[in-house]
Amino acid sequence: MELNIVWFGLVGVLLAGYAVLDGFDLGVGALHLLTKTDTERRITLNSIGPVWDGNEVWLVTAGGALFAAFPDVYATVFSGFYTAFMLLLFVLIFRAVAIEFRSKQENPRWRSAWDVAFSVSSVVIALLMGVALGNIITGIPLNQSKEFTGNFLTLLNPYSLLVGITTVALFMMHGSIYLVLKTEGELQIKIRSWVNNAIIFFVICFVTTTMSTLIYYPSMAAHFKDYPALFLIAVLNMLAIANIPREIHKGSEFRAFLSSSSSIVLLMLLFAVGIFPNIVPSDPSPEYSLTIYNAASSQKTLMIMLIVALIGMPFVVAYTVIIHKVYKGKVRLDESSY
Amino acid sequence: MDTELLSRIQFAFTIAFHYIYPPLSIGLGVLLVVMEGMYLKTKQKIYENITRFWIKVFALIFAMGVATGIVMEFEFGTNWAVYSRFVGDVFGSALAAEGVFAFFLESGFLAILVFGWNKVSPKLHFFSTIMVSFGSMLSAVWIVVANSWQQTPAGYHLQNNGGVFRAEITDFWAMVFNPSSVDRLLHTLSGAWLAGAFLVISVSAFYILKNKHVDFGKKSMKIAIALAVFASLFQLFTGHHSASGISVNQPAKLAAFEGHFETGPAPLYLFGWVNENEQKVNFGIAVPGMLSYLIYGDSQKPVTGLNEFKPEDRPPVNIVFQSYHLMVAIGFALIGISLLSLLLLRKERLFKSGLILKLLVVSVLLPQAANQLGWISAEVGRQPWIVYNLLRTKDAYSKTVSSGEVLFSLILFTLIYALLFVLFLYLLDRKIKHGPEYTDDGDSVYAEQKLIFEKNKQG
Ligand code: HDD
Ligand code: HEM
Ligand code: HEM
Repeated sequence: MELNIVWFGLVGVLLAGYAVLDGFDLGVGALHLLTKTDTERRITLNSIGPVWDGNEVWLVTAGGALFAAFPDVYATVFSGFYTAFMLLLFVLIFRAVAIEFRSKQENPRWRSAWDVAFSVSSVVIALLMGVALGNIITGIPLNQSKEFTGNFLTLLNPYSLLVGITTVALFMMHGSIYLVLKTEGELQIKIRSWVNNAIIFFVICFVTTTMSTLIYYPSMAAHFKDYPALFLIAVLNMLAIANIPREIHKGSEFRAFLSSSSSIVLLMLLFAVGIFPNIVPSDPSPEYSLTIYNAASSQKTLMIMLIVALIGMPFVVAYTVIIHKVYKGKVRLDESSY
Repeated sequence: MDTELLSRIQFAFTIAFHYIYPPLSIGLGVLLVVMEGMYLKTKQKIYENITRFWIKVFALIFAMGVATGIVMEFEFGTNWAVYSRFVGDVFGSALAAEGVFAFFLESGFLAILVFGWNKVSPKLHFFSTIMVSFGSMLSAVWIVVANSWQQTPAGYHLQNNGGVFRAEITDFWAMVFNPSSVDRLLHTLSGAWLAGAFLVISVSAFYILKNKHVDFGKKSMKIAIALAVFASLFQLFTGHHSASGISVNQPAKLAAFEGHFETGPAPLYLFGWVNENEQKVNFGIAVPGMLSYLIYGDSQKPVTGLNEFKPEDRPPVNIVFQSYHLMVAIGFALIGISLLSLLLLRKERLFKSGLILKLLVVSVLLPQAANQLGWISAEVGRQPWIVYNLLRTKDAYSKTVSSGEVLFSLILFTLIYALLFVLFLYLLDRKIKHGPEYTDDGDSVYAEQKLIFEKNKQG
């Protein structure tokens, strides 16, 4: 297979890894304020305590991989979406320090301030990422020298906002299932009741987004028409989503969690197939679109990076599995917890 | 102000702020390995206290490093888009390798280091400490490689894509081992070890002065002094090596370091103030011929002066001169302080001398200052080039970003970082005042911990 396609796939894998792993972190954050007592909040916070930083590294590495494999995409999108990315950075900073600082003081005002920071920043991160994806689907105005010619408001179109809200809903669902896995007793019962609401919220958003995509951006479906076999992805995605309430109902939360993880991966796959071989479609003037060919690094670099990835990724998967194994089971607060 | 200037200010500010934390984590990481190793070997409770206390401090510092590091990762694209297109083929792979090899390793084992004390066996915990320390140094490797390539590009060729040039890799290992990367990596690492060592020295000296946790302070300090002695001497060695490399690879930078305008035998200034218009160094004290001697072993050999370069190719001289000389002065001061402490320690007078202890308490600022000054001399000395001799800083910024947008983000960064810095110092201060958690004189929990672990394994 061509290296350009391989790297399109690998950046996608990193982003999907990020969405699955940090997705539940962000979801937990979004739900954090719904818990009331300090102990409950410490439990939700510590459910992601040891893993959130490692999960965020998937984003950092996806950024690095994009820079290395498709420098023009990195440059165009990051400078074009300047203000949006700055907002994203601010909330990422706040989220990281909120997690670290929150329990360092007994003072209830201190704690609730950081609780709010943690929760709001989690929601905003998910929203901004969704809006960014939405803008890739709608396409953005580019010129001949691969530069973005719109402004911040161009990015805030209704369709992209809808994708943003859908992302928030998806992560809330994912995070609530994760929380059920990590909690017990009364708190677990309470959270279990959120799962259903989260699923309903997500399904409504998902259906609306899918319909709008098909109506307004039919080009996203073009490959599916040409290669009907690809339709299988969409079907599997539907099945994965439908399976979530079923497993929850049966009380097998771990399987529900696997289902929601799969549906995140499948959604990313649908998105990737939809835009391929563009990475950033240009609208208007599609001839200026950034593709996996005109935005890529040299074949030599793509090859070097592939070797780096082949050596490194098995380790990455190993760490991820080991850490989640060590911390599997219900949250236990001890003196090293947040 | 224009986008370029604002972007430069923002980049300098955000990276300087980031660079407060990684050196501390790298230095403290090395010390944690030694501390925990001593604990496992001696099984003494005091070493457990030491290790667990510094792990908490480490976690706080690490979080600040992570929060501010993500900014750096994005900022190349947001503020330096032209630069990103130009270097992505070369520079991007180093940055991606940093993520794949170093950040995952670090953050994964950090989870065990910080939260795993009661969860995993002592051996696995020790292993994690080693891995975190190793990972933090590995991330320094890749980022310094990337930065060094910018200083002394190698292993690339220029590719013309329809009138737009970019650098493409021709030889990966030549890129990695570009002429300055090894020298600069070693120098940066030993700067980081000094930052960590003097943090521990300073806090320990504070405890001994206050007559609190005295045994804790003495034992911590001994470990840190050993590292400080080694690192401060190594710093001189690697710094000297860097400077001789610069004389070959970036002669304009070396000339700026010493305010040397006319080619000829060059003196070495202890201090001075460069008057760039009159092209001379005022109020200076210098050893004649010393720079020539240090570089060529011959005090009469000519060193290239700034006037050999077109005015638009010269770096700002006085900033570079001052930051460089201050760094070197601090370097010698740290060698002095480290050796003096070692000597007094041997004579068993160190813990009795209030004056020395007070000096050690404030000395934590010296490596921090030297690290910052070192980067200023390296980066400003590279100007006007963002990639040496290939791309100018003024051509490299993002054309689509308006100055208003950068001003907005710069103001927000300033406010947020100021807030974070105050909170960080506050929490660190409380942590230090609070002292180690487990000061009761019971048995080592090593045995108890083993029990818990066995139980976990069964349950
Ligand atoms: C604790 C920190 C510290 C200390 C005590 C010193 N340095 Fe340093 N220096 C650094 C921390 C640093 C640094 C932050 O690590 C730099 C910035 C960029 C780099 O590669 O290393 C640096 C850069 C740097 C450079 C420029 C490298 C380049 O531009 O490529 C030279 C020539 C020296 N140093 C030389 C010295 C000498 C002769 C010292 C005397 C003992 C010294 N440094 C002490
Ligand atoms: C070009 C400048 C730099 C960029 C783009 C950058 C990027 C980053 C990023 C994204 C992180 C967060 C990773 C995570 O989430 O765990 C980070 C942390 C870190 N960086 Fe930097 N960095 C830069 C400069 C440096 C330098 C010069 C060093 C060392 C000499 C360094 C060493 C580290 C270390 C050890 C960490 C781990 C967190 C910590 O220890 O505080 N970085 N950096
Ligand atoms: C490795 C990637 C790096 C890149 C691409 C880079 C690039 C830049 C850029 C674009 C600027 C602003 C323009 C200018 O040079 O004046 C700058 C300045 C500066 N950088 Fe670097 N740098 C890197 C690494 C670092 C690191 C790790 C530090 C550590 C603190 C650092 C310290 C500084 C300082 C102090 C300045 C201020 C100099 C000035 O205002 O001109 N740099 N660098």
